[in-house]
Amino acid sequence: MLEKALRGSRRYWTLVGILSTLAVAGAIAYLKQLSTGLVVTGLGRDVPWGLYIAQFTFLVGVAASAVMVVLPYYLHNYKAFGRLTILGEFLAIASVTMCLLFIFVDMGQPTRVLNVILYPTPNSLMFWDMVVLQGYLILNILIAYVTFTSESKGVHPPSWIKPVILLSIPWAISIHTVTAFLYSGLGARPFWLTAILAPRFLASAFASGPSLLIVLCLILRKYTKFDAGEEAIRKLAQIVTYAMAINIFFVLVELFTAFYSDIPEHKHHFEYLFLGLHGHNALVPFMWTSQILAVTALVLLLLPNVRNNFTYLFPICLGVILAIWIEKGLGMVVTGFIPSPLGKVTEYSPTLRESLIALGIYAAGFLIITILYKIAVSVREELEA
Amino acid sequence: MDENRRAFLKAAGCAILGAGLAAPVARAAAGAVSPESAPGELTAGRWAIAINVRKCLQREDCRACIDACHVAHNVPQIEDPIREVKWLWKEPFKDTFASATHPHLDKGLADKRVLVLCNHCDNPPCVRVCPTKATWKRQDGIVMMDQHRCIGCRYCIVGCPYGSRSFNWQDPRPFITTGIRPDYPTRTKGVVEKCTFCTERLVKGLPPACVEVCNKVSGPGTMTFGDIRDPKSEVARALKDGFSIRRKPELGTEPQIFYLV
Repeated sequence: MLEKALRGSRRYWTLVGILSTLAVAGAIAYLKQLSTGLVVTGLGRDVPWGLYIAQFTFLVGVAASAVMVVLPYYLHNYKAFGRLTILGEFLAIASVTMCLLFIFVDMGQPTRVLNVILYPTPNSLMFWDMVVLQGYLILNILIAYVTFTSESKGVHPPSWIKPVILLSIPWAISIHTVTAFLYSGLGARPFWLTAILAPRFLASAFASGPSLLIVLCLILRKYTKFDAGEEAIRKLAQIVTYAMAINIFFVLVELFTAFYSDIPEHKHHFEYLFLGLHGHNALVPFMWTSQILAVTALVLLLLPNVRNNFTYLFPICLGVILAIWIEKGLGMVVTGFIPSPLGKVTEYSPTLRESLIALGIYAAGFLIITILYKIAVSVREELEA
Repeated sequence: MDENRRAFLKAAGCAILGAGLAAPVARAAAGAVSPESAPGELTAGRWAIAINVRKCLQREDCRACIDACHVAHNVPQIEDPIREVKWLWKEPFKDTFASATHPHLDKGLADKRVLVLCNHCDNPPCVRVCPTKATWKRQDGIVMMDQHRCIGCRYCIVGCPYGSRSFNWQDPRPFITTGIRPDYPTRTKGVVEKCTFCTERLVKGLPPACVEVCNKVSGPGTMTFGDIRDPKSEVARALKDGFSIRRKPELGTEPQIFYLV
């Protein structure tokens, strides 16, 4: 089946070429970090986690959101998602791979990363995060492989795969819950010390992940013969609408608690995000962009005529992805460190090299998506011919 | 496609996966090693330090303990504040004890700089979050670091409510300007380090370097080190006689650095 990835149009090879170049550029940029240390990043004493860990957090959400197509199809027998589940699973595989790469490049001693397996530590949420992420990756590879080979041979998938698929549903919820617990169990960081962090992560994941899937489906519809189906895309847009509404509600709930209680150590972080603190306001324009995008997207999604029109849906989904990427991929992690436990406001911005490494990982992830989607499209085209 | 090759790849994949899953089980079965004390070693049920803030503040610019510690442990002197490595240093009172600071505080105290270091918490969040047990609590309460096992994930730094841990953002050796002491290991880039209550001195029967030099420079009782479980120890008596506070006690970490005020 892999040979399908080796025969493609000029457009396909151009995309593969660009993504490979970016991925290699990222890998070369990483070599310097590997030899001199994380000093090449913008991280430091007060902000020890930044761009890498934030991207990891955002992408765990994208990976988990595959459940939004798997669950309706397998639990509710919602047939319209039949053509879509494989795309969701492939997206999950690529996202988890990016997550693992982002964790890897964040390590000070990457050669020792297997110590997490060698000295398993159940009291550390990072250990559990590794367990659930690896498990989710294996589950998705297995499920995608078994169901898709059966489909390409024109037979029903073996019955043993059904319980595995059902297992993948709570497992998807678990990966983002455990990722939220990485943050929300720390007395040292009042910004994250909130029970709503895991629910908020899931809500934003179920808005951004399906949005990305819609974008990918609309691209496939335009440039290939693969059509996920209008009904399926519209249903996905509905899921995005609900998730986005819940996400905005959760954000408002957090803001209320922080500002009405007026407890300084809770309030300061939100002040830094939306107003700036002691003259430091690097994230303020981003956060307002994110909030305005989020609310605008929700209002537009609530209008059925707009939501169901794919010409509008495409940019709306890009807006949702950008809004949540800013929220999780820029604001959420860094703000936990500002102000620091000693009351210092040290701002963080990624260096060029750090950004190149991150871009390289995204390119590698999208290369995986491109290749897997190419296989899916080619096999389906052959079946339909 | 070649079926044999596919079968081989499947089998190889499963074998790698199986080996990965088996490793932790094998490690767990191997068991732990129990510590034994060396002859002449200082031992305790629970080590603690009491810092007499008034006495310490009489010599506000004094750096004797800091320099002694940093020289003894090959701690690099890095100018860039965001990459600094420090085991023992001073922070303004208002940042160290934010909840004890108010506008009517003793004149000037808010901005006076008090000594801070690892609190060797009885319930250390850094130990709880470490994914490799590279940091752990000894039976005598000292929170230790294994720089050979540390993977540099910095989760302990994120989990510490006191900012007491430092990461080596780069190779620290070029920044050891006082000359590398051969009797204490230097660290490599990419690992976390912090105060260890001078375990290397305790085994030789000596108190921590900071305490020793402080009491020479500022007079006895400025820093008191000892076994807090022993009611006759100097540190236990100092806490009984005076009023002491701890950093962020509301977090339940049970810090073992006490500030006599």
